Amino acid sequence: MNPNLHQRAPVAEALAEFKQNRVVPFDVPGHKRGKGNRELTAFLGEACMAVDVNSMKPLDNLCHPVSVIKEAQELAADAFGAAHAFFMVGGTTSSVQAMILASCRAGDKIILPRNVHRSVINALVLCGAVPIYINPHTQPELGISLGMSLEDVERSINEHPDAVAILVNNPTYYGICSNLPAIVKLAHSRGMLVLTDEAHGTHFYFGEGMPISGMAAGADISAISMHKSGGSLTQSSLLLLNKGVDADYVRQIINLTQTTSGSYLLISSLDLSRKNLALNGREIFKTVTNMAEYARGEINRIGDYYAFSKELVNGDTIFDFDRTKLSVFTLDIGLAGIEVYDILRDEYDIQIEFGDIANILAYLSIGDTRRGIERLVGALSEIRRIYKKSKKGMLSQEYVTPAVVTTPRDAFYSPAETVPLKSSVGRVSAEFVTAYPPGIPLLAPGEQLTPEIIEHIEYSMERGSYMTGTKDLTLKTIQVIK
Amino acid sequence: MELWFSEMHTKDVKFSIRVDRQVVSIQSDFQRIDVFDSPEFGRFLTLDGYMMLTEKDEFIYHEMIVHVPMAVHPNPKRVLVVGAGDGGALRELCKYDCVEEIDLVEIDEMVVQICKEHLLFTACGFDDERVKVYYEDGLKFIRDREDIYDIIIVDSTDPFGPGEGLFAKEFYGNCYKALKEDGIMVNQHESPFYKADALVVQRTHKRIVQSFPPCRIYQAHIPTYPSGHWLFGFSSKKYHPVRDFKAKRWNALGIETRYYNAHLHSASFALPNYVEELMKNVEPTE
Repeated sequence: MNPNLHQRAPVAEALAEFKQNRVVPFDVPGHKRGKGNRELTAFLGEACMAVDVNSMKPLDNLCHPVSVIKEAQELAADAFGAAHAFFMVGGTTSSVQAMILASCRAGDKIILPRNVHRSVINALVLCGAVPIYINPHTQPELGISLGMSLEDVERSINEHPDAVAILVNNPTYYGICSNLPAIVKLAHSRGMLVLTDEAHGTHFYFGEGMPISGMAAGADISAISMHKSGGSLTQSSLLLLNKGVDADYVRQIINLTQTTSGSYLLISSLDLSRKNLALNGREIFKTVTNMAEYARGEINRIGDYYAFSKELVNGDTIFDFDRTKLSVFTLDIGLAGIEVYDILRDEYDIQIEFGDIANILAYLSIGDTRRGIERLVGALSEIRRIYKKSKKGMLSQEYVTPAVVTTPRDAFYSPAETVPLKSSVGRVSAEFVTAYPPGIPLLAPGEQLTPEIIEHIEYSMERGSYMTGTKDLTLKTIQVIK
Repeated sequence: MELWFSEMHTKDVKFSIRVDRQVVSIQSDFQRIDVFDSPEFGRFLTLDGYMMLTEKDEFIYHEMIVHVPMAVHPNPKRVLVVGAGDGGALRELCKYDCVEEIDLVEIDEMVVQICKEHLLFTACGFDDERVKVYYEDGLKFIRDREDIYDIIIVDSTDPFGPGEGLFAKEFYGNCYKALKEDGIMVNQHESPFYKADALVVQRTHKRIVQSFPPCRIYQAHIPTYPSGHWLFGFSSKKYHPVRDFKAKRWNALGIETRYYNAHLHSASFALPNYVEELMKNVEPTE
């Protein structure tokens, strides 16, 4: 990476210049720099509305970049050490889908851990690829699912030598990394592509002492949530390609589903965030890591809570750990993570990223302050003082091994019928059941309903977890294949 | 030459004091600290442009935040003061011989330094050997303390800045834990008059009553604070601020004050109807 190049932000600069030229708009969007929608302009601000413009020659076109967007994408590729970068405006969901659609065709096998984001399985519904799941091992005390063990990957590759790709979470929501360099080596030796879901890994490319990034490890394609640790606007994302991947083909795939009216708010936010990360990323993530380490120390001093970190590393299923993640195991105070999550918001005006059955996760970034951390720690200490009870009857197992009967696509498009969730044991689900966040499906289309999975869903809902993906929003009933 | 310090009390109300000269202006890690001399109010301290105290009227605030709890508690030995880097509350506390230890937690060491240099009329409170100063976030300091203080005085700035944590529910809960079973917490409770301030009063009150048995409000007149009408909160696990107040006992101490006295003690808990209303709206219904 050449730091001098990164002083520039081609899209943002072109927008600034465009604003100065005071071009009279007889094109879309119809709000015409905000004048046609005063209330919205007052709400979002004139500066924002003035750059909500359409593709045009001086501003390039996201579907077919030839000038400033092309330059900005080249800078992003340079910053991330990739051969090519695409700006994405449909969230990292769109990056994940493009990555899978670009590597698998209907009937192709793809090896992946089951604890993937639902956008991954959605992509399988779209393209008809067949998932070969690897059971992510569960950390028994914490109940969180981990990375893939190298041995499992190897066995899977041997059993399915015709698989075309393998997908790796780098890291998981909890900050856990698999042995990516070894997986890449293994997959490439068998002619398979390696796709990395780096929705939670933007900072791996810029911070010091971080787990290895997808591009650095030699992965072929990576989906990057710039709007998470990268600081860009919600819904903006990056798709990175390594050497040897056909960028022109990937662009065609992206254009199958991507809007032709890419938002310049999102595009310019990607451009400016890349500049910031390239110039200041190292310092930024040093600060974030220090804050997370401090918070972990303080939380562990309270007692009963366990804010876990690198000590979990075991060289395989926890090959590395992202220390910017602040996850806390809460079961020893007798509360599920989701319950602590709710108390923090309802009683202490503190919103954290998510709570699951046994843990909470607070998302730290450069926007955090020491004062905010003190409030979180203070509130956790109060919650322990006020709410602590016996942990009897608390469930901790988070991962339930699914019984896959058919592909997500076949199940999703099969004739289905509605049955009560309670009496659905033995049937095959035609839909997703996903606790959101973290957005990892408990049940995917094509998987069998077992007593364990139903118990898990009901227990999670009882504790206040929010289930999404089903036709019946109350989840009293579920769609199953006829 | 016309030189004025102005503070916006609302976006449509401005309060100004003619300034003779600016004594100090410095940016600390936490805030901008300014000291001015003025013909009417004497020397005054502002943080991030907000009035903290003036030489002329600080006695009202400091006497009211200290003597009210001190006159109710029968035997206060260990006192914690949170915030208050100017030392004014310490000066009043040191008038009591029964007090054995005073801990002061201030997040911004520079405030204390500036006050020691330029605001001797309050910073004289630091000279007493019973005072121990900790430069820490108040919320962090209190987290580890349990069952040790007789009185906690929360002399915070406003809730939008370094003092934010001192208005949080977890802070009041931690104070509850740090107090002995007959402990008292008093806090500056902002002004009920202007709408935005009144909302802060309500939020603060709501958060305190969630941790403490009834928090009683009392008031004082402080000319240089927004609207001049200022509130304080009195929360105790045991004592009622008026019923458990022994005028004779306090008078016998012979403590010299300019604002506070035994009559005013009880009277300050008599509130205007609109203030009662504000509080009632956020108190849990029985």
